[in-house]
Amino acid sequence: MKNKNLSVYEECSRKGVSRRDFLKFCGTFAAMMGLKVSGVAQVVEALDKKSRLPIIWLHLQECTCCSESFIRTTHPVLSALLFDQISLDYTETLMAASGEQAEKSMRDTMQKYKGEYILMIEGSIPTKNEAYCCIGGRSALQIVEEAAEGAKAVVAWGNCASAGCVQAAAPNPTGAKPAHQIIKGKPVVNVQGCPPIAEVMAGVVVHLLTFGTIPQLDSLGRPKAFYSRRVHDTCYRRANFDAGLFVESFDDENAKRGYCLYKMGCRGPATYNSCGIIKWNEGTSYPIQSGHPCLGCSEAGFWDKSPFYKREPALHAFGIEATADQIGLAVGAATVAGIAAHAVATNIRKKKLINNKGEEEN
Amino acid sequence: MKSRNMNLREVYVWELPVRFYHWLNALCIVILCITGLIIANPPGIMSDKEAAFRFWFGDVRLIHFITAFIFLFNFVFRIYWGFVGNKYADWKNFIPLKKSQWKELLEVIKVDVFMVKNKPVGSIGHNTLAAVSYFALFLAFSLQCLTGFGLYAQMSKSFLPHLFSWVVPLLGGDMNVRLIHHILMWFFILFAIGHVYLVFYHDYIERRGVTSSMIGGWKFIEEDVAAAEEEKERSEAKAESV
Repeated sequence: MKNKNLSVYEECSRKGVSRRDFLKFCGTFAAMMGLKVSGVAQVVEALDKKSRLPIIWLHLQECTCCSESFIRTTHPVLSALLFDQISLDYTETLMAASGEQAEKSMRDTMQKYKGEYILMIEGSIPTKNEAYCCIGGRSALQIVEEAAEGAKAVVAWGNCASAGCVQAAAPNPTGAKPAHQIIKGKPVVNVQGCPPIAEVMAGVVVHLLTFGTIPQLDSLGRPKAFYSRRVHDTCYRRANFDAGLFVESFDDENAKRGYCLYKMGCRGPATYNSCGIIKWNEGTSYPIQSGHPCLGCSEAGFWDKSPFYKREPALHAFGIEATADQIGLAVGAATVAGIAAHAVATNIRKKKLINNKGEEEN
Repeated sequence: MKSRNMNLREVYVWELPVRFYHWLNALCIVILCITGLIIANPPGIMSDKEAAFRFWFGDVRLIHFITAFIFLFNFVFRIYWGFVGNKYADWKNFIPLKKSQWKELLEVIKVDVFMVKNKPVGSIGHNTLAAVSYFALFLAFSLQCLTGFGLYAQMSKSFLPHLFSWVVPLLGGDMNVRLIHHILMWFFILFAIGHVYLVFYHDYIERRGVTSSMIGGWKFIEEDVAAAEEEKERSEAKAESV
């Protein structure tokens, strides 16, 4: 445990990361977090000097895709940050300890760093029956409430912890709830996405480490630095949208040409995320670039906004799947038929009126 | 020759601001429906031009948004006129709070919808059924403005649309709001069909010149109806002065 007091930089240099690479990392992240030039120095200083940030990382009702996204980062500084620096005192999937030892590790952190540790939650919390998610004989709800008690701040990773994701989709059998609905009186950062982009997750951690405060949040609790712009507005295919050039089906010529996926149900116009800028897998690509419409995974309740490949939900109330236009036309036809019937009756009345020289009989 | 002597009086019913509102509103709705249908399901117009040299979809959206602003302010103006205009434009016409309004409403249904009664309802302005349906229409206008500007708020930086940014989260997300907005558009289309038919119907059967009254403002009202109305006005004025 001797590396416990090393700073991020010391840890990195021990692993052979050059000062130059370290500074490049600091510069990149300061830029991504939306800091001004002087902010770079703050990031450098923090990572240079500050030692560990105690973290409890809970895995509840989830698929671990957030962790998967995070550990997919290949940046050496980030991996040092993740595996050595932020000191995941308790995280079910990555820690070496198990059983009693693991539970003890969590309790130790909660006592030793009371009011200092960051609680990171991956996954939603079942409320209908607490038994749906139990770890070490305790329910997710108990664990979260207990761990949140002494936490400095809470970071909700991904859509599960931020909005319930697929578990909370209708009919939500487990009564899954996101962290911010369970935890009261603590700042909760919703790092949205299914999963969130690795660099976004790292950016939030770097921010916590650098400033010791949570980043500025939008009205839905998401860090503004990463969630203030629509995928639509940062999309490289946007010019096709304004030009009215659309993909009509996934196998057409337009899809090959890389036209706008608006008509394929792209949620870009209603989704706030950094996919178009930071992209995925070290800036390789993102869904739209690969020809798939955005699913809107960083927005609450995106699973219930089916069908994914249509712009508007289908109206199931009418037995068959119908669109507003089809129903509109059908009701329109009925209206015209009603009018026609009414007009016939009116003409019978009119005829009588003419015969009576315009006098209506009562 | 079929002819008869009529004792009619011309009554100035629709003031200029009301007529102006009506036609501007009609124009806005036509433009908004056409552009709205295109935005909901844009046609695949092929071209050999690069995307950078075309902007037609952007133009369609721009027209939709500009028209929406005109529609909104025109509507706000009409609400204002409901408080300062003449008694036929008054907001109290549209909300049936009085017993007499409910009575007239039933009467109109009997005469004009089911045709079980023949004597026309003698209202000078809107009949109560029409007024109530316009009230429903105004509510739909409001909801259309809320959902439309709610959707627009996401792509705007200006002050006014941001007043509506609470709408989308409240109604459960973008898709639901878009659907409500789309369904309401159909409501307006259907309403317009019914509205135009009923205006023609009233003109056809009552022969009071209701169609052209929205152009010229005057209606031909039967002498006895007009005289009764005048008498009512006089007694109301007297009651007020006392």
